[in-house]
Amino acid sequence: MAAATRPAGRAAGRTAGRAAGHGAWFLVLPALIPILVLSVGPLLYGILLAFTDAQSGRTAATRWIGTLNFRDLWHDTLFWESFRIGLVWAVGVTVPQFLLALGLALLLNEELRLRRLARALAIVPWAMPEVVVGIMWRLVYNPDAGVLNETLRDLGLGDGRDWLSSLATALPAVIVVGIWAGMPQTTVALLAGLQNTPRELHEAAAVDGAGAWRRFRTVTWPALRPVALAITALNLIWNVNSFALVYVLTNGGPGGKTRLPMLFAYEEAFRYGQFGYAAAMGCVLVAVVSILLAVFLAGRLRGGEDA
Amino acid sequence: MRTRPAARAGQYAALLAYLVFLAFPLLWLLSTAFKSPRELGSLHPSWIPRHPTPGNFRQAFDEQPLLHAALNSLLVALGATLIAVLLATPMAYVMARHRSPLSRAATGWVVVSQAFPFVLVIIPLFLVLKHLRLIDSLFGLVLVYVVWALPFALWMLTGYVRAVPAELEEAAAVDGAGRLRTLVSVTAPLLAPGIAATALFAFVTAWNEFFFALVLLKSPGRQTLPVVLTHFIGAEGVADLGPLAAAAFLATLPSLLLFALIQRRITGGLLAGAVKS
Repeated sequence: MAAATRPAGRAAGRTAGRAAGHGAWFLVLPALIPILVLSVGPLLYGILLAFTDAQSGRTAATRWIGTLNFRDLWHDTLFWESFRIGLVWAVGVTVPQFLLALGLALLLNEELRLRRLARALAIVPWAMPEVVVGIMWRLVYNPDAGVLNETLRDLGLGDGRDWLSSLATALPAVIVVGIWAGMPQTTVALLAGLQNTPRELHEAAAVDGAGAWRRFRTVTWPALRPVALAITALNLIWNVNSFALVYVLTNGGPGGKTRLPMLFAYEEAFRYGQFGYAAAMGCVLVAVVSILLAVFLAGRLRGGEDA
Repeated sequence: MRTRPAARAGQYAALLAYLVFLAFPLLWLLSTAFKSPRELGSLHPSWIPRHPTPGNFRQAFDEQPLLHAALNSLLVALGATLIAVLLATPMAYVMARHRSPLSRAATGWVVVSQAFPFVLVIIPLFLVLKHLRLIDSLFGLVLVYVVWALPFALWMLTGYVRAVPAELEEAAAVDGAGRLRTLVSVTAPLLAPGIAATALFAFVTAWNEFFFALVLLKSPGRQTLPVVLTHFIGAEGVADLGPLAAAAFLATLPSLLLFALIQRRITGGLLAGAVKS
């Protein structure tokens, strides 16, 4: 259907666009200028910087150094360790978050009591400053005054530990916070997707004797799939870009165990002043995000053919 | 559809588990905010403060310039919101009503900008703002937030404009209303709730934002609330927990209240933009 309406729509749009003429430009220009100066421009500038030896506070002129930054990055084991941590973080947050949010959305879609309370609570993290979310979980993980260790002590499961400072638990601990903080967007998107699935189909399948799992797989999932793909892709991107949560929780410690690529690049640029090198890191991250996006788009197109 | 009692019980158990997971950190923050220093020092913290005290709130204001930081945050968020909405509304109108290469490029930018790693933008942005002498300036931060809020505002507003039937505008034109008149007295009133929701969301995101504020604001007197909150945490990660919790709680209240007002519209608007583009 989409294919049938598109040409007509485009033709109509073209005449409307011509009629609008200068008026449209006049309306668009005020927004276009800041976008070009402070968004598109810096992005291109950033890519150029990656090929220079730009540093902060240096008097000598910045020079082109070709791909030297990238060659250095290639041999920078600290960067690759940070990169690995970033991937573990992004996948470790996105996947469990998706499953948890899907479960919650399915529950919220049922006629249950407390549904409104759960929905309201599920939205709260969305409105909170990330810094506050980080502070809040520091209080939860606090070795002495934190509720986690106290609960463990009450249950007789030992004295607990210093979750954010021990090498083994720091990354899992911040991943849990990442999952908690991102629940709202994922849940809301999936819930909206669920509410768009045709109820009659569901009922027909139930009458035909399909069990809950079978109904989910054959009726719910196909309808939910586009939304699920979109929100998962967005979550991956957001998580790769994540900064404030981990900055507040651990500041990359202990021993760099939670140093996400964003934290690494931030330190490189604004603590050590290596602008060119940090820009090269940014480029690598962009490349990774683009690959993720491409995979997502390919998946989405395939989904479209199925439907 | 009927559900078997056993399945129902399972659903309630699961919902309860979700409620606990979602609510317990929030309750703990609230509980810590009202605990006395002595109670925070004891080894067996309780859920309900044994001797609730507002002392932490007073101490929080003594330790850090919270009011001043809140004022900075308010100025930046208001400025960014106003400018972003003023710039985005006409552009969203054009994007929704006229299909042109320009609108397509703008839509592309809206999507791509979501994927920018901030690192790649922040360094050149820092240099550009330095040339313009806008580092460590609230106005510089306002500009950054405007550009940062625009993709989202465009996305939302384009959806809202599409929801206003073009036939209404055509009818007004047939009745002899000029283009400007049509926009002001037909389109704008219908668009107002959407604009309000978009503005409030832009305000909340600017109020909450941390990374750009951390990089761009240096002098303590100009820093926004999220940046000042991190000062409660010492260099060694040691923090005065009571005042920290109290300040964090206070900083969240405005966002929560505003978000409660617009939550349904925002989720609706996000999807409207998503479905129709």
